[in-house]
Amino acid sequence: MNDVADDESASDAETEENADANGDTVDALESSDPDEVGPVTWIEQQPLPYPSDALEPYISKETVEQHWGIHQHIHVERLNGMIGGSEWEGMSLGQMMLSSFNEGREAPHPPFFHAAQIWNHDFYWRSMQPGGGSKPSERLLKFIKRDFGSYDGMIQQFMDAALTQFGSGWVWLSYKGSKLPHVNSRSPIPSDNYGRLVISKTPNAINPLVWGHSPLLAIDVWEHAYYLDYEDRRADYVSTFLEKLLSWETVESRLKKAVIRAIERDGHVSRKHVRKQLLAQGKSRIRARPQQANENARGQTSSQEKPLGV
Amino acid sequence: MYRRCSALLALVAEAMALRTLASRKALVAAALGGARPLSAARGVATFALPDLTYDYGALEPAISGEIMQLHHQKHHAAYVANYNKALEQLDAAVAKGDASAVVQLQSVIKFNGGGHVNHSIFWKNLKPVSEGGGEPPHEKLGWAIDEDFGSFEALVKKVNAEGAALQGSGWVWLALDKEAKKLRVETTANQDPLVTKGINLVPLLGIDVWEHAYYLQYKNVRPDYLSNIWKVMNWKYAGEVYENATA
Repeated sequence: MNDVADDESASDAETEENADANGDTVDALESSDPDEVGPVTWIEQQPLPYPSDALEPYISKETVEQHWGIHQHIHVERLNGMIGGSEWEGMSLGQMMLSSFNEGREAPHPPFFHAAQIWNHDFYWRSMQPGGGSKPSERLLKFIKRDFGSYDGMIQQFMDAALTQFGSGWVWLSYKGSKLPHVNSRSPIPSDNYGRLVISKTPNAINPLVWGHSPLLAIDVWEHAYYLDYEDRRADYVSTFLEKLLSWETVESRLKKAVIRAIERDGHVSRKHVRKQLLAQGKSRIRARPQQANENARGQTSSQEKPLGV
Repeated sequence: MYRRCSALLALVAEAMALRTLASRKALVAAALGGARPLSAARGVATFALPDLTYDYGALEPAISGEIMQLHHQKHHAAYVANYNKALEQLDAAVAKGDASAVVQLQSVIKFNGGGHVNHSIFWKNLKPVSEGGGEPPHEKLGWAIDEDFGSFEALVKKVNAEGAALQGSGWVWLALDKEAKKLRVETTANQDPLVTKGINLVPLLGIDVWEHAYYLQYKNVRPDYLSNIWKVMNWKYAGEVYENATA
């Protein structure tokens, strides 16, 4: 893959894993036959994981075919038209997205809008399942209660975010690791220093990957996502998504991977986990100061670590 | 004695705040050309949804009646209702001296207030064909367009291009820069009014390119919506605004 800036390589790798873990982003490089006329397909969108009418009556077949088949597809066409001969040639979708974001300092480079929208939509379709909704597992509920107070509290935050995204955009549940991206120190804000679930809203094509978060679910609140079925009633669309379509199993499996990634990236472990590990290894440094215990733990191989009690 | 003085001062401060609020609203109302604010019990002026001067279906086939009705009765009405609510909350926060509440309300005010300002202009920018919609601009505005863009067709092409290229939601405007005395094509994001692009900019025409403005009829094909909306464009109104601003 192309060289990317040092401080982006970690998040690029994470995105790669993210993308792969969520069902294989497909890069298709067609054979470069010089006589071949027509556009080269560098990037493709992921296929729909269910038939186009599977989300009815909550999201109509017409919407799915329009949304996946036309809106998302146009982004694919535009992006493929921009890649050939550019600095983004040969990159995966995730790498392209992060590197063209331009770290948000100025306007992103042109491919960002399309790459991010392709990624976002792939993620959105997989956040839903026919017959979804229901409630999260007990294990996931524990995290939800810890970070939002209650399940209803989380739902309320979702609705608030969705209704105050003033324009086009997305609403996300993400796992935020314990370190600030690009910064190598402890934050004075206590809640920054342990991994937690967060709800965020983003405008247009931006997603929380650019902040180093690991998304767990996405709701598209661009009007095209709901207008044919709900007209202006964004609140009805979002609450229906949460109650009838959202796949909590997918959220939980994404969370497991996100926690592992965060531990590997941030070297973060909880005191409880350290104590368990040390006990298991028969060492008696348990009484060590938390700082010391964490430093000891960081020296150990991460493959042995399990995402317990983060 | 001291307590009476400070209570009096507080009353004066509140009255001043209310008066400023009310007079600012009067200015805005005048700028909107007649969306007369109603008075609420507390003395905080509120805004009302302006009526259209044509039927919902009168702009067909350029813009469907279904869209016009939803756009006016649901979207614009919601901006008005939420704007009024936010202004009441602002008034309460100002009266209490709650600085952080005042700051926190700014985005809700900008969004809903901007939505009300922009859509109030938009309904006046449109006219049924039978009442002159689509007739190109004449006289002063027509000459200014020729001078600043080369031709009327060139202006239309530029507006369509910028409107189609706008990512996400927003507006594309034909603006008069009062200071430079030139016409410009500008875009604004979401419901930002034209003044956010320049304090000297006067909106002559605005085209809503939020998806709700065209989706039911044109789906994702925003360029078709843009090329068709010129058929119901109210250049007479734009010309009046231009002549008033350059008088």
